[in-house]
Amino acid sequence: MAKESNFKNMTLTLFVVSLMASTSLGFVYSFTKGPIENAQNAKINSALSKVLPEFDNQPAAEKFTREVDGGILTFYPATKGGERIGVAVQTFTKNGFSGQIDLMVGFLANGSINAIEVVAHKETPGLGDKMETAKSNFSVQFQGKNPESFKLSVKKDGGDVDAITASTISSRAYCDAVIRAYNALKKEGENNEPAN
Amino acid sequence: MSQLTNFTKGFVKENPLFVLLLGMCPALGTTTSALNGLGMGLATTFVLVMANISISMVKNVIPAKVRIPSFIVIIASFVTIVDLSMAGFLPALHAQLGLFIPLIVVNCIVLGRAEAFASKNTIGSSAIDGLGMGLGFSFALALLGAVREVLGSGKVFNITLFPDKYAMLVFVLAPGAFFALGYLISIMNRIAKKN
Repeated sequence: MAKESNFKNMTLTLFVVSLMASTSLGFVYSFTKGPIENAQNAKINSALSKVLPEFDNQPAAEKFTREVDGGILTFYPATKGGERIGVAVQTFTKNGFSGQIDLMVGFLANGSINAIEVVAHKETPGLGDKMETAKSNFSVQFQGKNPESFKLSVKKDGGDVDAITASTISSRAYCDAVIRAYNALKKEGENNEPAN
Repeated sequence: MSQLTNFTKGFVKENPLFVLLLGMCPALGTTTSALNGLGMGLATTFVLVMANISISMVKNVIPAKVRIPSFIVIIASFVTIVDLSMAGFLPALHAQLGLFIPLIVVNCIVLGRAEAFASKNTIGSSAIDGLGMGLGFSFALALLGAVREVLGSGKVFNITLFPDKYAMLVFVLAPGAFFALGYLISIMNRIAKKN
């Protein structure tokens, strides 16, 4: 292989190679943009339908965001027959055993928790990943509880939550994310009260 | 070298993982289950085949002094194509493999085959070499993933073999990856010596 290398043919080669690479990537990007968006929306929508009671609006279309503790919380209001029946809050914590955990917490209109789904996490397989609804019953204990009376911290810290065995850090982080969602929701409710 | 040996050398004699010890980072990071290992292996296979074909096509027009940058740009393009397509069409697998897909770019196997084989051989041989090496790598990753999944969580390809309270969790974690890999390499060496 290998021709003589000189300044002209080296520049030209690198230019042509980069041009072809960027053209093909631009094409692939435009081609996969739709499917990637659909996949992300499908993920959000499936989490929404799991954590909220039956609704007949498009929570994803009515979402709004609030900045809390250096991150973004996304609110998905759900209504049925025009009446507000609950809100799903996509919340986060940075205290996970291996970084950030994203949860979708569904609240009923009275402020109690309907259900919780994990959107994304990097916790240890076999230990912290038991927070996923498919892997253990950990998240079930939150269902139907109102954070006003149900203390959202693990029993070791004097709360009401049964931690995942050998994953106290992950369980604490999970509670932290849920509390963040609840506090933000409460604040949101207070702000809206006079307007109603 | 016949095309058959070009293809089969990737499985045993020059297996990228067990014999050449290349691609350790994805090998240890993604093999928490057999399925993840296989997915990572197949993504790498696609990149290897496509990169080998294109590099073999352009080998005569690229000046020797800029061949490495050119190869890297070609490889990186194919990796990004895999990354975007996987995010669009296989979101679940993409979420599992996450960070490791973009890292295929710096996987020594891909550049190694481009430099050692594709830049010196015909398009056909290069494609077969890439396929053999890629499938050999996939086979190794799936095997490592299966061993870790069985010992660590009592399952293989998500089929439960025994309850996970009897499993040794350490095999799913990073240290277990080294244990499992060490034993697999010694077994492969034994087989290679007998031959």
